[in-house]
Amino acid sequence: MGILDKLRFEKLKQGLSKTRDGLFGSVTRLVTSKNTIDDEVIEQLEETLIAADVGVEATMEIIEAIRKRIKEERYADVQELQHLLRDEIQRQFVQTSNEFTDPFNITGQKPHVIMVVGVNGVGKTTTIGKLAHHFAQRGMKVTLGAADTFRAAANEQLEVWAKRADVHLIRHAKDGDPAAVAFDAVQSATARGDDVVIIDTAGRLHTRVNLMEELKKIRRVIQKQNPDAPHETLLILDATTGQNGITQAREFGAAVGVTGLVITKLDGTAKGGIALSITRTLKIPVRFVGIGEQLDDLQPFSRKEFVDALFEETAT
Amino acid sequence: MFEELSRKLDGVLKRLRGEGKLSQGNISETLREVRRVLLDADVNYKVAKRFIDDVQQRAIGKEVLQSITPGQLIVKIIRDELVTLLGTSNSELKFSSSPPTVILIAGLQGSGKTTFSAKLANELKKQGRHPLLVAADVYRPAAIDQLTTLGSQIDIPVYSVRESDAVSIASHSVDHARKNARDVVIIDTAGRLHVDEEMMREVEAIKYRTKPSEILFVVDAMTGQDAVNTAKAFHDRLNFDGAVLTKMDGDARGGAAISLRATVGKPIKFLSTGEKLDALEKFHPDRLASRILGMGDIVSLVEKANEQFDQEKAAKLESKIRKSQFTIEDFYEQLQEMKKMGPLSQLVGMIPGMNKLPQGAAVDDGAMVKIEAIIQSMTREERQKPQVLNGSRRKRIAMGSGTSVQEVNRMLKQFDQMQKMMKTMSKGFGGGGMRRMARGIPGF
Repeated sequence: MGILDKLRFEKLKQGLSKTRDGLFGSVTRLVTSKNTIDDEVIEQLEETLIAADVGVEATMEIIEAIRKRIKEERYADVQELQHLLRDEIQRQFVQTSNEFTDPFNITGQKPHVIMVVGVNGVGKTTTIGKLAHHFAQRGMKVTLGAADTFRAAANEQLEVWAKRADVHLIRHAKDGDPAAVAFDAVQSATARGDDVVIIDTAGRLHTRVNLMEELKKIRRVIQKQNPDAPHETLLILDATTGQNGITQAREFGAAVGVTGLVITKLDGTAKGGIALSITRTLKIPVRFVGIGEQLDDLQPFSRKEFVDALFEETAT
Repeated sequence: MFEELSRKLDGVLKRLRGEGKLSQGNISETLREVRRVLLDADVNYKVAKRFIDDVQQRAIGKEVLQSITPGQLIVKIIRDELVTLLGTSNSELKFSSSPPTVILIAGLQGSGKTTFSAKLANELKKQGRHPLLVAADVYRPAAIDQLTTLGSQIDIPVYSVRESDAVSIASHSVDHARKNARDVVIIDTAGRLHVDEEMMREVEAIKYRTKPSEILFVVDAMTGQDAVNTAKAFHDRLNFDGAVLTKMDGDARGGAAISLRATVGKPIKFLSTGEKLDALEKFHPDRLASRILGMGDIVSLVEKANEQFDQEKAAKLESKIRKSQFTIEDFYEQLQEMKKMGPLSQLVGMIPGMNKLPQGAAVDDGAMVKIEAIIQSMTREERQKPQVLNGSRRKRIAMGSGTSVQEVNRMLKQFDQMQKMMKTMSKGFGGGGMRRMARGIPGF
């Protein structure tokens, strides 16, 4: 592990320490006070996973797998239970092809178009600000498309982020056609030879049929500019979201083909279970996690790091 | 908004129907399923556990002896317990006897505080008050602009000072309101994490300086298990007076409502149900509980025990449906019968099978009122034989009901579709036909 990776890992660990305390603190405490694993431990584990928003189904499967392994392999002590847990939780995350590559390292066709979608208030604009910053830091030319023409002052908010990250911004007047903004952003970035275009869209509940249609239209219009675009469609999910997150991912996925998830506000909640539920149910990989309010508090996701950090015993 | 939970409970409880006796065995199986439904709905696991225990306690006891049928009884018990859990009264806002009344809005990032603040201001304005909105979020880029824009949309002044701190903005705003004859001050604070000590101290300081009569905690209806922890943390710091559930127009199962009410013991005062600035509803626990359990036929049978539902009429209706003789007259009668039952969600459920609405379907009160008016403007003959309705009759009906010919046509078309669906239904109850029928009725 290089020094940068190490730093990144420490940061992630720090951000996740709350998650870890919440998710495994009680299990660890419970098993350290006992020498063997019995039904009470399993029941506690079930409760702990459910309380972390992992969801009933995933929890049952993890528990079942653990029970089976306890029976077959005769695991009996604390360390082994920890290993089992870590193993099972890792298994629940889909293997993603790019997991060990750097998601900020964009190769191939230019501009790389990223469309960002999600329900209201999950942190789309903030995430875009952070993404833009990361790309710009790597010397890439970035254009942001302010296609949230609905929410009051959304343009202004993205403008602040564009200035902070020192990137180009395409915006229209409020209440304009969001698809037109997206079109212009891709067109302008193509003309200038930019590396990355990130399209911000208005937050919308996945149950609003007309707004989901609007989202499809934005995608279609982007495709008119470039049939391969968007190269990535990120669904932003608030870590505090409960089981509705699965429906969100399913509906946005059906509408615009979500290719990756970003879990935000992971520093603020004691849980992170929704990430697990969504990715195992819908096979959509988690690309990034947001673990703080600073510009660089957006980290590429790796299930190993995620789970390792959860289990790291010497928390800071 | 709670359709999903209702649907799931419906599925679970269906299994209990037809059981001869309520045994320990079949209760526990059902209750385990109900627990799962609640957990899937994001009800906090502790709250769910307590709920199940209560239901179990009540189910196994003397009340069983008085039961109509065991299935009906357990539904009633679950429903009663849910009402208890959700609280039993509506809550109003407290206003200060010496204006301005200060209302402090707090919550996590992205929960919908700013939109709610504007909606509340709009609502209070409609009630003849003179609110002042205060933008005290000095952190999020353009947060002040957002509130300013919303304020101008509803023509309500917004107070803020750029390059200042939240505590002084808030405390100055109260003086500003006094000088400018604004009688309510709504302070929109920055979103903050309950674990962010510095930010929690800031909101405490705002509370200390502005002495709010009402502190409202805003929570996203989609929140999972953690809702309880954040609510508790905010409550410990602010001792808030009530909560607001936002994004209720989505399909979140809404367990947060149950958890929150059960954990901090403070009422839910408003439901925020859309992005338009008038999409604000008062919270009615009873309505919500009925809605959670909006299980059509079984619930109506329980209601019958409460002497509100004429079972004979329902039986007649069902036979009419089976014989495809369902007329507008019958439809109207049903509407009236359903109105007695209260909430519209039940109204839907009363038409046999209609409770199985497609996911995400919403019920629109306004549309129903119109339908009622249209039918009332028809003659008896027209209601029996809608085919006599020619252009001039339709025009007359539109005039009489204060609607348009188009609306009359739409209603008739929908009725026609409904009739067709009923025919499909009579061949085999349930199935896809129901869904199409539900869609055919405006607002469904």
